Amino acid sequence: MNELIEIVGLTKAYDASHIAVNNVSLTLPRGKIIGLLGPNGSGKTTLIKMLNGLLTPTQGSIRIGGQPVGVETKAHVAYLPDRTYLSGNKKVTQILDFFCDFYADFSRERAVGMLQSLGVDPNARMGTLSKGTKEKVQLILVMSREADLYILDEPIAGVDPAARDYILRTILNNYDPNATVLISTHLIGDVEQVLDEVIFMRYGHLVLYTSVDNIRERHGKSVDAYFREVFAC
Amino acid sequence: MAWVLEDGRPIYAQLVERLQVQIVSGAYPPGGKLPSVRELAAVAAVNPNTMQKAFAELEKSGLIITQGTNGRVVTEDERLIRGSKRRLARRHADAYFAGMEGLGYTRAQAADFLRAAEGKGEAEDE
Repeated sequence: MNELIEIVGLTKAYDASHIAVNNVSLTLPRGKIIGLLGPNGSGKTTLIKMLNGLLTPTQGSIRIGGQPVGVETKAHVAYLPDRTYLSGNKKVTQILDFFCDFYADFSRERAVGMLQSLGVDPNARMGTLSKGTKEKVQLILVMSREADLYILDEPIAGVDPAARDYILRTILNNYDPNATVLISTHLIGDVEQVLDEVIFMRYGHLVLYTSVDNIRERHGKSVDAYFREVFAC
Repeated sequence: MAWVLEDGRPIYAQLVERLQVQIVSGAYPPGGKLPSVRELAAVAAVNPNTMQKAFAELEKSGLIITQGTNGRVVTEDERLIRGSKRRLARRHADAYFAGMEGLGYTRAQAADFLRAAEGKGEAEDE
């Protein structure tokens, strides 16, 4: 089965006048790196939170690997939230212990290798690391799982261009033809080369789901330029 | 280092051209082994599926050959490589003429200009 995510008629209304995700239907395959793009407030993070079971849909359904979102799917979804959730008092090694306990698909070896290549001291406490290094550690934790679906919410927003390159390289180096990576970002130009496909969202609606090269072929411009045109203020 | 790609054209088409240049220039010699899709995608910092598509295109044209589990090699058919080289050269020539026509030169004048530029190292106005 090549379909990984099946979203049907998905809606999240915080109240009657505030509909964050509005009747979105979308089927996403395995083996792709997909950009989830949209201006601020377009519903990206709300959609991601529903995929992770952190928010309950008002209407509609999500299936990941054929299963409704729940304990089963969480075991196969690796999620990088848009904010830090790791305790600053913990050492990096303690967090590795924690991830080993928590996720059956976590590879300590892979994580240690990536930390080493970045020169992060495993005995450092999280709180003593710079913001960019902290973000890298979190990404390493997420990418060290052998998941079916990796959901990265704004993984490159807070880091310098060199760290950005490292993050994108990490995503490419861990590419698995059976898994899909969903990356939400508004820094489209930086990620465009690594994406297969893009999803455009606006006001909670799905505007477009197509491949990067389709947009370039049809419109003769980059996804970044096309995005600016579609979402021009 | 990541490959620098242009904005307005499909990425896979640009990957095809880059690989063609590396083959016709001998960076990947005839019969030589190519890196895997994964390795090359990581080096170029591009999507592996897009790199795969570029490889498929080069396979279709015969420039590269898949040898089962052995990976991919560059063709040993030198005629095919020369043909590809000429097509790439032709594209440079077309781009040159297009640029010169934009400046008001005819094709013949543009060709003369080029010969003069080649002779003197620096061309003068007529």
